[in-house]
Amino acid sequence: MPLFVVTPLAATFLIMIVGRFVKDFNKYYTSLTLLFLVIISFSCLFNIGENVDVYKVGGWQPINKIPIGIYMVMDGFSAIVVCIINLIGFLVAIYSISYIKRYTSENYFYALFCLMIAGMNGVVLSGDLFNIFVFLEISVISAYSLVAFGVEKNELEASFKYQVLGSIASFLILFGIGFIYWKTKTLNIADIREAFKTGYDKSFYLFVQLLILSGFGLKAAIMPFHAWLPDAHSSAPSPISAMLSGVFIKAVGIYVIIRLFFNMFVITESMAILITTLGTLSMVIGVFLAIGQWDIKRLLAYHSISQMGYVMLSIGIGMILISRGVKQEVAALAIAGGIFHLINHAAFKGLLFLNAGAIEYTIGTRNLKEMGGLAKSMPATSATSFVASMSISGIPPFNGFFSKLIIIVAAITAKFYLLAALAVIVSIITLASFLKFQRYAFYDKSDEDKRPEAKEVPYPMIFSMIVLSIVCLLLSLLAVPVVRDAVLTPAINILMDPLKYSSQIIGL
Amino acid sequence: MEGMTIIVKKTTQLIAGMIFMYGIYVIAHGHLTPGGGFAGGVIIAGAFILITLAFGSDFFKLVKEEMGTTMVESIATIIVVLIGSAGFLLGTKIFFNNYLPKGIVGDLVSAGTLPLYNIFVGMEVAASIFIIFLSLIIFKEESLK
Amino acid sequence: MIAYILCFILFLVGLYGAVTQRNLVKIAISLSVMEFSTFLFFALLGYIDGGVAPIVNPAEPARIYVDPLPQALVLTAIVIGLATTALLMAVIIRLYRKYGTFDIREMKNLRG
Repeated sequence: MPLFVVTPLAATFLIMIVGRFVKDFNKYYTSLTLLFLVIISFSCLFNIGENVDVYKVGGWQPINKIPIGIYMVMDGFSAIVVCIINLIGFLVAIYSISYIKRYTSENYFYALFCLMIAGMNGVVLSGDLFNIFVFLEISVISAYSLVAFGVEKNELEASFKYQVLGSIASFLILFGIGFIYWKTKTLNIADIREAFKTGYDKSFYLFVQLLILSGFGLKAAIMPFHAWLPDAHSSAPSPISAMLSGVFIKAVGIYVIIRLFFNMFVITESMAILITTLGTLSMVIGVFLAIGQWDIKRLLAYHSISQMGYVMLSIGIGMILISRGVKQEVAALAIAGGIFHLINHAAFKGLLFLNAGAIEYTIGTRNLKEMGGLAKSMPATSATSFVASMSISGIPPFNGFFSKLIIIVAAITAKFYLLAALAVIVSIITLASFLKFQRYAFYDKSDEDKRPEAKEVPYPMIFSMIVLSIVCLLLSLLAVPVVRDAVLTPAINILMDPLKYSSQIIGL
Repeated sequence: MEGMTIIVKKTTQLIAGMIFMYGIYVIAHGHLTPGGGFAGGVIIAGAFILITLAFGSDFFKLVKEEMGTTMVESIATIIVVLIGSAGFLLGTKIFFNNYLPKGIVGDLVSAGTLPLYNIFVGMEVAASIFIIFLSLIIFKEESLK
Repeated sequence: MIAYILCFILFLVGLYGAVTQRNLVKIAISLSVMEFSTFLFFALLGYIDGGVAPIVNPAEPARIYVDPLPQALVLTAIVIGLATTALLMAVIIRLYRKYGTFDIREMKNLRG
């Protein structure tokens, strides 16, 4: 399990050394490393089942059942997220082989990219609160520098904004960790859960929860904290945008929020309602901000906020039901919808950003008004982006439909009719905005003479896009009960039953 | 960038070596006293920065120095990773396992792999802080041109 | 207790600076103030009255030691903070070269 962190970390520094002397070492080595990680992550996903794997770094065994040393934990949920990270990372690495040629210093790009993957894997696999913070900072610092990779005005400004907000978030998280350590004298997530169960000061508990929620909420760009996201995601090089939007905000934001609020804190109703409200707000406001955009990558970035709102919303509904202690099966359904949508969003938003990158690569602009009629000259890009657009707006045979359906059904059965109606409306507006994207980018033929010169992008880029669109179609299979039981159910069980998580880790 | 006056240069000549030795002392006793790789590395980097500031250096030399320091940093880090991974291959098959003999508490050569980590972390930190300093200076020199 | 509250006030001072200042370097300094208030908080967490540095001396084993874990955490966090600050300063220098000013009001390419 620590291979997930060690391999990309070693790759980072090997690229810095060997890449300087051997040409093309960097790109092939990155792809190979990530291919290896994809293979072991999928084997983990299929083997993990209902188990919880615990790895004690350094071999420090617990004394008197008090965990000392750092634990790495893999269960159903983290296995899913690790699979997403490495799969998207692998495809993005292949895509970058052609795309990144336009920048100088490719070595630094691949080194930072590997470092980011190492950090994200570490965040997801860590079972220790402070370790989460350390890996979070590793991945976030490499993300800061990757956003500024173009060193032009926009990139630097976006990176500065991101760094200031990100640093404030980090300090809030660090303060929260300090308070938790003060009260519980431990940093192991499972152990903290045990300490919280025996009793806690209510106002202190609320304060810590708010610190943690606002810290990780800033990293995940949920509504009141979203200001950095459109700038950062639209200014980064396109493969990195796909990484940031498709994986990064999930791995370091949503994943940690879900993990901590389900498996560490005891769920309280006020917090659950707050999370649902934030989710709904970001879902609605994100999509309204997206409509008016003419820059493709900004449009996609605002849609990221909106789609993350869906995930937060369904997770929040699940939390409300759990805290009230009613309708546990509906809560399970809502959480399933949330996790399913999280997986789907990684696939289609990654694909959309790769498409945007392909368009930018060919015609050199991101403004929708300057495009048109690209469907004929770029058939692969056009087809894959059609798949992705239909997925994100929830049209039946594609994956987005099923996850949104599950979320809406869960909201209706839990008697949150307003939220269900809002989810449907937002989905329709998403469809409208993606129809606009499709029409202006690929089908508009009004001004034939002004149409830009375009030809299809190189093969590695086409390969990644086609694989991701196939993944988009295959993910619909997760709605089939047999597949769902194998993949999603272990993740839901581990979230629904925190006792199972903590008991398997510290062995009570 | 230019150097400073003769007084500064002479004082630097006298104390830079001592600062460097003190950094090595802090690193070597990292497992016995407060301090260790990071603190010692910062002190060593301080010695280098002092010399660069006092004596000055021209632009091309700075760039060359930065490349060399980057190599030192990467190599030191990869050795740290290798020592960590060696625990996976030897002993109990666990990363960061302390597989060397522990020795007596209080000896300079004791505590298994800890002094090794300290030495290479110290190298890494010294190199990376010096890189930060050099790259900021290189930015400044570039913008002056 | 008063020390903890002062820590939090220092944190808020840093936050105030980061929000109201218009100069890029001053924003970076405010962030550092926030950062160090957090480190101070951690250092206080491990403090025990009359405790000594946690270095085990076999000659006299029974003594009160301060909690070593927060110290380790602070050291890690300082390293991270160093990296963040260095990167922030590098970006600020680049921004200065592009815009010729440190004023944040002049930089508004990204709107909407």
